[in-house]
Amino acid sequence: MKTIKEINEKIKRGEVVVVTAEEVIDLVEKKGAKRVAQEVDVVTTGTFGPMCSSGAYFNIGHSKPRIKIGGGICTLNDVPAYTGFAAVDIYIGATALPDNDPRNKVYPGEFKYGGAHVIQELTAGNDVRLEASAYGTDCYPRKKLATLLNIKDLNEAVLFNIRNAYQNYNVAVNLSDKPIYTYMGLLKPNLGNANYCSAGQLSPLLKDPKYRSIGIGTKIFLGGGVGYVAWQGTQHNPSVLRKENGVPQAPAGTLAVIGDLKQMKPQWLVGASMLGYGVTLIVGIGVPIPVLDEETIQYAAIRDKDIYAQVIDYSQNYPQCVGSSLGEVNYAQLKTGKITLQGKEIPTGSLSSYSKAREIAEELKAWIKRGEFTLTEPVEKIPGQESGYSFKMLKERPIIEKEV
Amino acid sequence: MVSKRIVLHFPTRLVDQPIVYKLVKEFDLQFNILKAFVTPQEEGLMVVELNGKRENFDKGIEYLQSCGVRIQSLAQDVIRNEDKCTECGVCVPICPTEALVVDPATRKVIFHNKKCIACELCVKICPPRAMEVHF
Repeated sequence: MKTIKEINEKIKRGEVVVVTAEEVIDLVEKKGAKRVAQEVDVVTTGTFGPMCSSGAYFNIGHSKPRIKIGGGICTLNDVPAYTGFAAVDIYIGATALPDNDPRNKVYPGEFKYGGAHVIQELTAGNDVRLEASAYGTDCYPRKKLATLLNIKDLNEAVLFNIRNAYQNYNVAVNLSDKPIYTYMGLLKPNLGNANYCSAGQLSPLLKDPKYRSIGIGTKIFLGGGVGYVAWQGTQHNPSVLRKENGVPQAPAGTLAVIGDLKQMKPQWLVGASMLGYGVTLIVGIGVPIPVLDEETIQYAAIRDKDIYAQVIDYSQNYPQCVGSSLGEVNYAQLKTGKITLQGKEIPTGSLSSYSKAREIAEELKAWIKRGEFTLTEPVEKIPGQESGYSFKMLKERPIIEKEV
Repeated sequence: MVSKRIVLHFPTRLVDQPIVYKLVKEFDLQFNILKAFVTPQEEGLMVVELNGKRENFDKGIEYLQSCGVRIQSLAQDVIRNEDKCTECGVCVPICPTEALVVDPATRKVIFHNKKCIACELCVKICPPRAMEVHF
C-alpha cells in the first residue's frame, strides 16, 4: 500500500517509477500484478478524440468607455459567443457556428469553421476578431465594440469542458441503403464500415473503471497544459452493464475538466469539421493513476481484448431511440481493421487517435519523471456504479397555454 | 507497357469534342475514367488511368497537348498536410483503394499516394481537414 503523498515525495526526489497504461499490460503479464504494484508508482493514460461538449471562457478586460456585453451579442471570428454573464465575460462553445454558415442546407454541410477552431487559433497565438453590440447603460454606455484579441492579453482564458473522456463508446454502423453523415463520421450503407471512438486500453476511465482514484480535483494533462477534473461530466452514467473485470460495456462515466487555456497547445486542441454534422473540438487528455495497491494495477492492466463496445445502427436505432445493440466487439478486434457482423466482414475506422493517445501518456510520464507534475488527492469521488446516479432520457410534457 | 494516372484539363472549346475516344482509336491506349467533371460551355476536368505501349503513350500525350489539353500527373494531387493530420484513422475504411491504412505497430495512418485515385472521399470527411486537393 502506497499513498499519494509518498508517491509525490518520490516524484520530488526523482525516484518515481512511471509507466504508460499500455506498458503496464506487458509488465503485469511478465511479473504479475503484485510485483508491479510494488515497483510502479504511477500509470499514465491518454486519449485524443472529438469531444463536442467543450468550450472556453474569457474575461477580455474593460474597454474605454465601458461596454456591458452581458445580455448583448458577441462574436469571435464571426462565431457567436455566449454573453449571459457580467460585462466582459464570454464563453464560446466548440460546436458554435457563424450565423451565416450554410449548415446542412447544402447536404452534407461542410462546417468549415466554428467555436472549436476559434479555441485552437487562440492557443496558437493568433489574433481573433471580437465584435460585440450592447444595449448601453448609465455605467456601461458603449454600444459597439470591434477589436482584435490575443490570448496573451486576456485576463482569463480558461478551457472548461462539461463532458470529456467518455468511458467507452459505441461502434457506429449504418443498416440503411444510403450513406449517412454522423458525429461518428461517414457511415457507408449496408454495414459499409464500423466506426469507433475510444483509446481503449489507454483511455483514462477505462483504466480506472470504478473511479477509485480519478475524482473531483484530480490533476491531469489537458490540451497540452495542466488541468483538473472539475466534476463528473454531463450524461455521466456509471450504472450501465459491466463485464466481470468492472469495465462498462457501453458509454458510461464522463468527466468535466477545466484548465488554463493560456498554457495549452494547438496540437492538443484541434478544431474539427464533421461532414454533415457540425464542428467539434478534438481534445487531448491524460490522467495519471497513482498505484496505491494491487487492485489499481489489475484494473490498469486491462487490455483491449477485455474491453467491449456495442455496435449500434445510426440510421434508425440511434436517431429514433429504438432497438438495441447489434452485437458486441472488443477493441482488439476493432483494431485489426475489420469486424464481422451479421456474417459480413466490415472495415473499421477510428475517430480517436490511438497514436496521439500514446504520445499524451508518454508526455505525462515525462512530466512526472522530470518532477514537473505531482499528483493530487481527489477532494471528492465521482458517483460510481452503486450510487444510483444514472442517465435519463427526456420526458416530454406538452406545454399548455394558460388563458389570460 | 506504361500505366499512369493523369489529370486532363479541357478548355471550353474542347469540351464537346471526342478527344479521349481518339486515344483509343488512334493510339491503342486503354483508359479508365476515375473521375470526370465535364460540363458543356465550361472547362472540363478528367482523371484517367492510361495504359499502353510506351511509344503510344507518349504519342497520345503529345496529341492531347497539341489539342490544347493541359496535363498534370496525379501523384501530387491529393496530399496530406502532416501538420493537420491527427492520425485518427476515420478515413481508412472510406478509401476505396487502401491508399490510407493504419500501421499496426505505430497506429499511425500511412498515406500511399501512389495508390490514390484522387476520388477525394477522404478530403471532406477528414475531421481536421488534413487531406488537401492541389489541382
